[in-house]
Amino acid sequence: MIDKSVREERPVMSEPQKIQPSSLADVAASKFEKQDNVSAAYGSGLDARNIYAWFGKYLAVSDMSIYFAAGTVTALIGPSGCGKSTFIRTLNRMHEFIPGAAMSGEVFLHGKDIYTSGIDVTKIRLKIGMVFQKPNPFPSMSIGENVLAGIKLAQLKVPNKNELMQDCLERAGLWSEVKDRLNQPGGSLSGGQQQRLCIARSLAVNPDVLLMDEPCSALDPGSTLKIEETIGELAKTMAVIIVTHNMQQAARVSDYTAFLLSEGGPGKLIEFAPTREIFGRPKDIRTENYVTGRFG
Amino acid sequence: MSLNEILDQVRDLPPPRILSNKPRFSDRIFRGIVTLGGFTSLLILGLISLFLLYRGFSALRTEGFGFITKYEWVSSINSDGTEGEAASTYGVGAMLVGTIITAIIALLIGAPVAILAAIYLAFYAPIRTRKFLVSVVDLMAAFPSILFGLWGLNVLMDQGIYVAELLNKYLGWIPIFQVPVPVFLRSPFIAGLVLAIMIIPIVTAVSREIFAQTPLDRIQAAYALGATKWAMIKTVAIPYGYSGVVGGAMLGLGRAMGETVAVFTVLNIVYRANFDILLGAGGNLASHIILKFGEASSEEIKALMAAGFVLFLLTLAVNLLADFIVARTGKRGK
Ligand SMILES: Nc1ncnc2c1ncn2[C@@H]1O[C@H](COP(=O)(O)OP(=O)(O)OP(=O)(O)O)[C@@H](O)[C@H]1O
Ligand SMILES: [Mg+2]
Repeated sequence: MIDKSVREERPVMSEPQKIQPSSLADVAASKFEKQDNVSAAYGSGLDARNIYAWFGKYLAVSDMSIYFAAGTVTALIGPSGCGKSTFIRTLNRMHEFIPGAAMSGEVFLHGKDIYTSGIDVTKIRLKIGMVFQKPNPFPSMSIGENVLAGIKLAQLKVPNKNELMQDCLERAGLWSEVKDRLNQPGGSLSGGQQQRLCIARSLAVNPDVLLMDEPCSALDPGSTLKIEETIGELAKTMAVIIVTHNMQQAARVSDYTAFLLSEGGPGKLIEFAPTREIFGRPKDIRTENYVTGRFG
Repeated sequence: MSLNEILDQVRDLPPPRILSNKPRFSDRIFRGIVTLGGFTSLLILGLISLFLLYRGFSALRTEGFGFITKYEWVSSINSDGTEGEAASTYGVGAMLVGTIITAIIALLIGAPVAILAAIYLAFYAPIRTRKFLVSVVDLMAAFPSILFGLWGLNVLMDQGIYVAELLNKYLGWIPIFQVPVPVFLRSPFIAGLVLAIMIIPIVTAVSREIFAQTPLDRIQAAYALGATKWAMIKTVAIPYGYSGVVGGAMLGLGRAMGETVAVFTVLNIVYRANFDILLGAGGNLASHIILKFGEASSEEIKALMAAGFVLFLLTLAVNLLADFIVARTGKRGK
């Protein structure tokens, strides 16, 4: 009797955790409908072609080509260790900071390969901003100074710093929460606020592309929602590329989704398509298995 | 009184239980041993300072505050070793001046070099070069000071004199670079140079250690914002390492103040307060003590003990200052 009840309970308990493909597809589709009237003709986006990335002799990413159009959000999904972070870090030349790291392939921004020899890498990183998994404001700086840190670091000239600061904080959805405490240290904010501060910070240097590596994985649902709203706003003026483990999030925020998988070897691009297709009718069985939660 | 507090009083709360833990016997023994170890340095330091104070107390009492302000150290001894007819007078003022001046010269020259070296080692040096240089720096820290002294006397002296002459020639209008007579040999400046070289390893080691701990996510954040390496170091590494570097510099300062042999070898030890740092005369407390100790009368020994006590207090003060600075600025980068 007792045995039976336990056996009966189990499937019921695990049911809500299982991701329903249809519901995700609905989310993605509704996002698409909302977006429909927004034109996507901004700049030229970022074009990654045949990217390979190594750590020493270990090949972590193999032959990935994705075009990230301006005015769109692209989600990178895939199981842990499939090379999402590695790939995204080749897009703004952060990969090369790791000793022994190497890459091959081309990344075009405004028609120019960012790996061309003789290029000033610091200028590239101004155009391709990055938000990290863990919020990392500069603790020695105030909230306001943090927003303008990029201006100071790259020695840029701006006509009106205060205006820029307010603009960036507003776009990051943080202005109303911090406008009276701009002089307090950046570390005095909550985790979610700190992450939005980091987003504001990367906006200040006016990038064309924003890379986000699991920006919400350390945050509560409320902050996550705020950041997703922010991403929606940002995509109006730039290409946003977001790594996420949260399928719901990918479906909610992205226009396109890239599914990566490593299958024991290097990470590869399995499928790249509009998000509603990835979640609605994926072409590859492996994609379907992953987005329906039957795998990884 | 809040409602909760009133309620707490009405409710009959149980008294908190006494939490105890009886550690195993072996655990208690081990605890005793490490506790002893932990307090050893404090104990020894306390005993030494008490000893110095005890032995030097009579000199301190006779001379009073003048012991540290007077520029006079006269010990008259009869041929039989007893106290002379002319009264002796002991004041370490001049040597205190010398101690502080040579140590500050050392710090002003040594610390910038050490900090640049630390930045190079932490952020620029290729891995192999770094490993090699780090062990060189460690070796240098363990180098006997007499060797620094001999090298300073025989090798560095000539270059030092050349620099001193230039300083005197072009910056001679600044009081400290004046000399009444052109004797540049064995000056506090050159002693300071040798001390600078001696403190470079410790300041480098401490600073490098701190810089190497700069959180990676902050470094990456700076780079991702288009920072050059130098901009990253300025905005991330230096604010983070600031307090540690100050602490390291203070350690170096303390070491320079207490240094005996190198100063004794290089400096022309003369009992005078020499503010003309390029002039070849002067001394510091430690070298003064070692110079006088061999042939001191019993009275003078007491005065030397007192001088040792003053040196102890000075280094203590420097370390407290370091703590203070570190504590005050520590939060900035953390
Ligand atoms: N610094 C490194 N040195 C060596 N190998 C690394 C390094 N960083 C990552 N790798 C390897 O490269 C592969 C891809 O790692 P990556 O961090 O890109 O995965 P990911 O998709 O971002 O995973 P997660 O979702 O867990 O963040 C993994 O097999 C990992 O072990
Ligand atoms: Mg990752």
